[in-house]
Amino acid sequence: MLAMRIVPFLLSGLCTVGLVIALNTQLPAGGSKTPRLGYFLSPQLGFWQNAESANTNFSGEVKLANLKGKVDVYMDDRLVPHIYAENDLDAYYVEGYLHAKYRLWQMEFQTYVAGGRLSEIVGEERLPTDRFFRRLGMVYGAEQTMANMEKNPEMKATMEAYSDGVNAYIKSLLPQQIPFEYKLLDYKPEAWSPFKTYLFLMYMSYDLTGKGSTSDLQMTNAKNYFGYEDFNKLFPNVEDSLDPIIPKGTMFVKPAIVPQTPANIDSAYFGKTINSTAMAPVVPDKDNGSNNWAVSGSKTKSGRPILCNDPHLGLNLPSLWYEVQINTPTHNTYGASFPGSPAVIIGFNDSIAWGVTNAGRDVLDFFDMKFKDSTMSEYMYNGVWTKATHRKEVIKIKGKPDQVEDMAMTVFGPVMYDRAYKNQSSEGKYLAVKWTASTPGNAVETFYRLNRAKNYDDYLKATSLWSCPGQNFVFASKTNDIAIKQQGAFVAKWKRQGDFIMPGTDSSYDWQGIIPIDENPMIKNPARGFVSSANQMAVDTTYPYYLGTANSFPLYRGIIINRKLTEMNGITPEDMQHLQMENYNVFAEMARPVLLWNVDENALNADEKKYIDIVKNWNLKGDYNEKGATVFKCFWDSLEAEVWRDDYQKSKLPMPWPDAPTLLENLMHDSVYAFADNINTPDKKETIKDDAMAAIKKATAHLKELEASNTLEWGKFKDTRVNHLLKIPALSRLHLPIGGGEHMINATKPTHGPSWRMIVHLTDEIEAYVVYPGGQNGNPGSKYYDSFVDSWAAGKYYRVLFVNKAAAAKHEKMKWHITFTNS
Amino acid sequence: MKIITAIVITAFLAYVLGIYSTLPWWSFAISSFVVSVAIHQKPGKSFLAGFLGLFLLWAGLALIKDVANEHILSTKVAQILPLGGSYIVLILVTGIVGGLVSGLAALAGSYLRKSK
Repeated sequence: MLAMRIVPFLLSGLCTVGLVIALNTQLPAGGSKTPRLGYFLSPQLGFWQNAESANTNFSGEVKLANLKGKVDVYMDDRLVPHIYAENDLDAYYVEGYLHAKYRLWQMEFQTYVAGGRLSEIVGEERLPTDRFFRRLGMVYGAEQTMANMEKNPEMKATMEAYSDGVNAYIKSLLPQQIPFEYKLLDYKPEAWSPFKTYLFLMYMSYDLTGKGSTSDLQMTNAKNYFGYEDFNKLFPNVEDSLDPIIPKGTMFVKPAIVPQTPANIDSAYFGKTINSTAMAPVVPDKDNGSNNWAVSGSKTKSGRPILCNDPHLGLNLPSLWYEVQINTPTHNTYGASFPGSPAVIIGFNDSIAWGVTNAGRDVLDFFDMKFKDSTMSEYMYNGVWTKATHRKEVIKIKGKPDQVEDMAMTVFGPVMYDRAYKNQSSEGKYLAVKWTASTPGNAVETFYRLNRAKNYDDYLKATSLWSCPGQNFVFASKTNDIAIKQQGAFVAKWKRQGDFIMPGTDSSYDWQGIIPIDENPMIKNPARGFVSSANQMAVDTTYPYYLGTANSFPLYRGIIINRKLTEMNGITPEDMQHLQMENYNVFAEMARPVLLWNVDENALNADEKKYIDIVKNWNLKGDYNEKGATVFKCFWDSLEAEVWRDDYQKSKLPMPWPDAPTLLENLMHDSVYAFADNINTPDKKETIKDDAMAAIKKATAHLKELEASNTLEWGKFKDTRVNHLLKIPALSRLHLPIGGGEHMINATKPTHGPSWRMIVHLTDEIEAYVVYPGGQNGNPGSKYYDSFVDSWAAGKYYRVLFVNKAAAAKHEKMKWHITFTNS
Repeated sequence: MKIITAIVITAFLAYVLGIYSTLPWWSFAISSFVVSVAIHQKPGKSFLAGFLGLFLLWAGLALIKDVANEHILSTKVAQILPLGGSYIVLILVTGIVGGLVSGLAALAGSYLRKSK
């Protein structure tokens, strides 16, 4: 009888234990893993704790040991904090605390990406990304900059105050209060440190200047495949339509550095065959770019300058940006900050406003090294065997033993590609990477100084500290100065230097210097009454240094911005809002006549004729409902494919596709285009007209499918979305009703576009409008998680509250008040 | 009724253990087991009491959070898990998961007492 009871006891007991174990384990599910379901669903510990009440009261009193004085934070109705501190370090301490409170998971995750640590939290499937970033020298670079900044007492104290603030919040967290994504992926926040800020800034450098880590190798393939002469036609150095940042005709000073071209360049560089293929696991979007401009009071209705900026980056939730006002006795500043870094990155203060776009200059190059043997202990340099140091990068992997990367370090930098980390055709090559981001930089000091800048001279001093990623800093002041300067550590290069892998056995191909700061392109108060940049080449060919291949520089947004700003007068902030949302496609304006000219309409069938008519009647805008934008894009892409596909098909190695202007500019000059011929049909010589007809026929089939699935409208066709950083659809915002796209001022593409829109009118009391595709609270369980997305898509802006403490205390829109004290 | 007493005490103890957030989420399995040993019932009733105690606690706590949150997070989680985006199903699943663990522990408790 006893056994009859013991058996069910043991059975039910085992079932209980078994169920608990199953619910306490991350189970595999379709390529990823479930959370620990028992923990995740537990209402007192798991995700339900992150379901923030819609009526949450964000007010409170916080006691923090490291504060020197009292800090008041007023949160407005959009959950933007207005920080009023008695000293600067307290302000950054509280900024760190607030970043952590609202964006902790995101800011830590970004440093896991940058530092090559994703395998630690996600598992082996992210090892390729981790290896790539480690070997590119991301951790190494962050160490260099950190060592440099440790020597700067003011910045060291700033970084530490910020970091202490982040940690104060992390320490205050109860286990059930950790952000949602930690619970989903099952790990815990760790302590923050200034080093993590430097890692995050390395990620921004990679995002904005790291394209060469993939493209230099692919460009080398293309040069070897096509031969240098044809390569030059596909990837030119100049484009006729260019309207540079510094107006054409500007005189430049005599250069301080005249880079010497190596003597053996034709054989050793342009003709040399180094096959390579590599694809970064995370490739920076080639159109990471932005618009910024400032108009002087002579062109505005108020007589005061207006400054505008919209940086185009990957569109993500939580957003890269966090809106904040910082008010201390030394400065009063408002704008977009990076969760993970102190200060305001793009914004304005009581006296000036500033914004940035990416310079796009090539500051990352590869050198082909010759090692004595596979131990990589000695390499040939200037005729002698030189000792290489070694650097170990240990990658922890969830549930697996560590992976150790052994990297040889050379005069150029780390050997990224070697026998252990290679690509399909590296044939045992050793490629060292040299990158300005890995040299000691000043990190956020430029922004720290801009936050406090009072005038043009302060702006010039602040920006002169900036090294990487190179930016176009636009500026406007209440005293009616406007300016733009392209600043960064730019390499003084000879023509085509670093576009391909360079020989690394001696110093002749090495960088010969950094261009002196006052020779960088800049312009102040030009006669035309405005300054602007849109990632185009900063200068024309009379500038004494080589900028890089033209395909690094988007051409068309700059043309339309300058055209519009030239036409506009009596400008108001509202006019600027419309300009940032402008969907006119200047590329299509130039390309449509070329396309139509090459089509014989009599040879078209009814369907093809219908689509050609749509293009003919199109208003050249990429508005949400425009079918013409979709049809034009399909026709033109199809034409490019007809022209080049046959030439590319025979290469086994990845090669970059020529940029949009290449075909257009050639066809605008010349109706006979050599690449038009299909090399697979030796008995027939195709012309561009043949290609155009073939393109229309092929594209029409595709267009009919789009029409059948009701996605011929441009907005539906391109389908803009804002993805969660983990790309989980339920945490993302999909199918957003917004037009725009490539070549347009409103550069909103499927997953990429204006990540922050800002308009600052420098009247006595500053009038500013902002919006970004996200929300202030990074918690997917908060109603403030994506609260700006709909306004952003609709082109609506929020008027910024930029008030002093006394006004904040009684302002009706300040909904919450948090006091921070040290006791 | 005995079963109601058992349900209430099961839920109460689980709630109290849940306040100590450094304890593992399954701590209530032990308290449900103990309750079932202390308030002895037939195996079927013990299971039911253990199940309902946690089902009501977890589903109830989830419901309170969810209503205040206006279903923002539950609708997202119910797509991730995937439960068709239904917050009602997610609340029920939450209750059932807690209930099953508790019910099985209570069942074991019932058999233990019997075997004495």
